Amino acid sequence: MSTAPIVSVRGLCKRFGTHEVLKQFDMDIQPGEKLSIIGPSGSGKSTFLRILMTLEKPNAGTIEIEGKGLWHMERGGKTVPADKKHLRAMRTQVGMVFQHFNLFPHMTALQNVAMAPKQVLGLTRDEANARGQDLLERVGLGDKLDAHPNQLSGGQKQRVGIARALAMQPKVMLFDEVTSALDPELVGEVLGVLRELAHETDMTMLLVTHEMRFAQEISDRVAFMDHGQVLELDAPSKIFTNPSHPRTREFLNAVLES
Amino acid sequence: MTFDWAFAWSILPQLLWALRITLLATILGMALAATLGLVWVLLRRSPWRVVAWTAHYGVEFIRSTPILVQIYFLFYMLPEFGVRLSPMVAGILALGIHYSAYLAEVYRAGIESIPKGQWEAARALNLSPTQTWQRIIMPQAIPPIIPVMGNYLVAMFKDTPMLSAITVLELLQTAKIIGSESFRYLEPLTIVGALFLLLSLLAAQAVRWAERRFDLKELNV
Repeated sequence: MSTAPIVSVRGLCKRFGTHEVLKQFDMDIQPGEKLSIIGPSGSGKSTFLRILMTLEKPNAGTIEIEGKGLWHMERGGKTVPADKKHLRAMRTQVGMVFQHFNLFPHMTALQNVAMAPKQVLGLTRDEANARGQDLLERVGLGDKLDAHPNQLSGGQKQRVGIARALAMQPKVMLFDEVTSALDPELVGEVLGVLRELAHETDMTMLLVTHEMRFAQEISDRVAFMDHGQVLELDAPSKIFTNPSHPRTREFLNAVLES
Repeated sequence: MTFDWAFAWSILPQLLWALRITLLATILGMALAATLGLVWVLLRRSPWRVVAWTAHYGVEFIRSTPILVQIYFLFYMLPEFGVRLSPMVAGILALGIHYSAYLAEVYRAGIESIPKGQWEAARALNLSPTQTWQRIIMPQAIPPIIPVMGNYLVAMFKDTPMLSAITVLELLQTAKIIGSESFRYLEPLTIVGALFLLLSLLAAQAVRWAERRFDLKELNV
């Protein structure tokens, strides 16, 4: 993989008050790559995804998506902070699935999925509904189109969440601990959908996860983060069997034992 | 003094006519309050400090001064500044402005009860700010506050007799006129009280119905 990266991060810094969450964080992600980020909680994994989704603003550093600045733009030959219009244009490239689903409770499953394609992408109602139905069928919820979120199990909600994000057809999809809020017996159905996506699409997937076995299975590369930095970024076979950094080894021993 | 049913019957049409004015003032006042309350809340969320600050203290000021003073101010003081309003218009404005300050608080509570994740999901789906308000935030913020707004509607309805102070021919003012002309206050005032009671009870019933309905909708039963 030596093509131009689809996401390129340089010197990213993020502070909450005096607490440094990301410290000079660098990362290159290849087009179509499935990259898992693992690490202890508080290591900055989710913050990184949230900055990519423009939900948090970085304090320093640059992110480029297909060579274009995410949080900065060119104006009159100068690099300036991105304005709302630029952010909105860049956001079309990125999608996100949330830990707590964040479905819209006043809408049915189909409306959740079809609303943004209609409102934002300008699809007709029929086109948007067809796309929504298609995606809900793909995640195994073809019989739940008219169900409201509170009529769905956690696993079903998260599958709607995945379909909703897919409907916008982003190039880079962010999965922020998407099985962490689920009852153990419901984790499998969501991982099943993710596995299928990983195998069948060329979408770039960035997963923050605590499911080590799953990360090992579907990832092209795995990043281990600790204290706001990537300590190790390598093939899953290397990370999980022969990690080079002592902190990685320590972390994996702790989580794989339990 | 005994209650004269024949007299009561004879003045009923006149009082029912006045009830129209009372209801009109309530409905228009509430429409104004609901709109203006929303404006207050949006201004208070403005990124410009001065705007947010002005809206915040404007609301505080309106809530902390008596409605009767506001009514007098609009009717008697504005002409000094060259703005002459009819009693009815001044009255509706006063009711609307006064209650908008309370409704602003109600809206605020409704909006703040929306979890942060809803805003984030809207942004992740690239909705514009307007689309986010219209499709995500307001549809969730409004239903739970409808019963509270209903209570304010009843409260405003019962405040309309204040408008008699600036000669609006609403229920109480009409009853006072009947009383001063016939020297009988018992019947007109009793009827006014009964009409307020009847309509307030009906409205309270409607509020309870709304409470149930929106509760059910939340549960999706």
